[in-house]
Amino acid sequence: MSAPANRIDTRFADLKASGKRAFVAYVAAGDPTLDATIDIVLGLERAGVDIVELGVPFSDPLADGVVNQLAADRALKAGATMPKVLEMIRQLRVKSQIPIVLFTYLNPVYTYGYERFHKDAAAAGADGVLVLDLPPDEVVQNTELKPTPELCHIQLIAPTSPPERIASIAKSAEGFVYYVSRLGVTGAQVEIASGIAEQVQIIKGSTQVPVCVGFGVSNPEQAAKVASMADGVVVGSAIVKLIEKNGASPDVAEQVEAFVKPLVDAVHAL
Amino acid sequence: MTATATATPLPVMPDQHGHFGRYGGMFVPETLMSALNELSEEYERAKADPIFQTELNRLLHEYVGRPTPLYLAERWTEKLGGARIYLKREDLLHTGAHKINNALGQALLALRLGKQRIIAETGAGQHGVATATVCARFGLDCTIYMGAVDMARQALNVARMRFLGAKVVAVTAGQATLKEAVNEAMRDWVTNVRDTHYILGSALGSHPFPMMVRDFHRVIGVEARQQILEREQRLPDLLVACVGGGSNSIGLFHPFLNDPGVRMIGVEAGGEGILPEKHAARFQGGRLGVLQGTKTWLLANDDGQIELTHSVSAGLDYAAIGPEHAWLHDMNRVEYNYATDEEALAAFSELSAVEGIIPALESSHAIAEVRKVAPKMGKDQVIIVNLSGRGDKDVAQAARMIFKEEIKF
Repeated sequence: MSAPANRIDTRFADLKASGKRAFVAYVAAGDPTLDATIDIVLGLERAGVDIVELGVPFSDPLADGVVNQLAADRALKAGATMPKVLEMIRQLRVKSQIPIVLFTYLNPVYTYGYERFHKDAAAAGADGVLVLDLPPDEVVQNTELKPTPELCHIQLIAPTSPPERIASIAKSAEGFVYYVSRLGVTGAQVEIASGIAEQVQIIKGSTQVPVCVGFGVSNPEQAAKVASMADGVVVGSAIVKLIEKNGASPDVAEQVEAFVKPLVDAVHAL
Repeated sequence: MTATATATPLPVMPDQHGHFGRYGGMFVPETLMSALNELSEEYERAKADPIFQTELNRLLHEYVGRPTPLYLAERWTEKLGGARIYLKREDLLHTGAHKINNALGQALLALRLGKQRIIAETGAGQHGVATATVCARFGLDCTIYMGAVDMARQALNVARMRFLGAKVVAVTAGQATLKEAVNEAMRDWVTNVRDTHYILGSALGSHPFPMMVRDFHRVIGVEARQQILEREQRLPDLLVACVGGGSNSIGLFHPFLNDPGVRMIGVEAGGEGILPEKHAARFQGGRLGVLQGTKTWLLANDDGQIELTHSVSAGLDYAAIGPEHAWLHDMNRVEYNYATDEEALAAFSELSAVEGIIPALESSHAIAEVRKVAPKMGKDQVIIVNLSGRGDKDVAQAARMIFKEEIKF
């Protein structure tokens, strides 16, 4: 079941037509402030990023490494809440049509109201959502978590997912499949994981939607190598780390743009 | 206000997906799903395997010290002037608390799963000590995650874990107590899931943990039921136990759930009173939510961010309650009250002085509830209170708070 054509699907169709792979960038919404996030996303777009994942902060991000935990802390301390993040997206939409995926945990969504979240996030201009601690199994078993068509539901597949799970997750995938390239929490790694190409091929055997690979990518060489094995690559902690260091600087958005551009170029050159 | 059980038996919980009514479930990242499914399957096999059960029971008897006595606290009963009070003496178990029932069971499961590395979280340190103990017993590699604040208030248990060969990792994130230790243990598990088993220490987290931890602690209630029938030729009128995640209480309560005449009270940590961030009583101002793998009742703000908690006892200082308790609360089968820090400390002092038994600060919350309810009950009535742990670990903290003295280890 796929959502009605939205910015994510359109972007992947355009990339496919031009034979390019996607560059997906993650930043924590509200780090250092929600206003700064608007500028940072615009900087990412100027750098050529195809899709932006915006982290909606949660107090207990158990799938995240220390870089993203600290970013969530900073965002919460700076006052980020679900309604304020959605308002920020509304403002961003005046200036940009870049596809946006909200990346978060279930409790903030559940507390806001699962259906209400879908309606309001879509109305604000979000295109997809990835809830890290909501496996597809629970969606089926909880009537209050019923699938809602307003947003694409991005699913994770892990190196530990057995073949029958891969098949069932991939079959119902929307937007793109996020293949977590290695076991562990989010965060930059020196070495990229092995076996990515094989796993991506297995996933692609069960789905028409694109497969993007993330977790641990931090430089142009890694980005190009990972993207070459899939339909796209996700880079997160390396960007978040740059924001951590330079959040107070007035040109943080330009610094992010300068850092991300060579990574995007390396991926788009493939 | 007495919750009365209906004559209809309660449905068997959880369902095959780990749901207790609308609570429970498996709310975890995809990386952990296959390990949890594998654990569920292996647990079901072990449960049905007489060799596993025989080995578990033998070790519970010879190594852990089961069965524990059911002790009639005569002087305390006389002092309170009401119901006859029996203490289920889990404090007499090896390592000093009920936690080892579950740690032993899960260590045997890890061996069946072929996992040689064990991780665990701990609050008061009792689960950490129990886990480190069984790891030493079976030669398993052991890493314990503990909040830095808890390490300071439970220094004795930190030293015990180190003697037992465990690596104790200080967690400094957030308020540096039990919740943060669980986050860090989950992160380790996500990273090392292929060769590591996570011995979760309470009836919390993703399925199958709430069910499995409960089952390993049911022995408490099974023994108590048999013992009270021998002593009194009747079932108790009331069961009382403290509830952090809720492992000792579910262990005591579960075998009595379908005995309609048995009233049950779970006692949460009231901390400094029911004010935001000053307590850990989830049924006092909590809400429905999802934390660390399970849907349950928890303390969070309007934005879904988990709130700070406070309790004098590290083992009860946690923002979520086990999902089966949330369900039993909905079913009106168990009542949930709370005791404040002050009431727990008074109970700690009273039981020590009157019975010569120093209770853990966690168990002292249950003792505090008994002090409130026993005098209102008839002398022919019977209470069983779970003395889930001994108070040695709390002596320095209690001395500081009661005698205003510093004791250094």
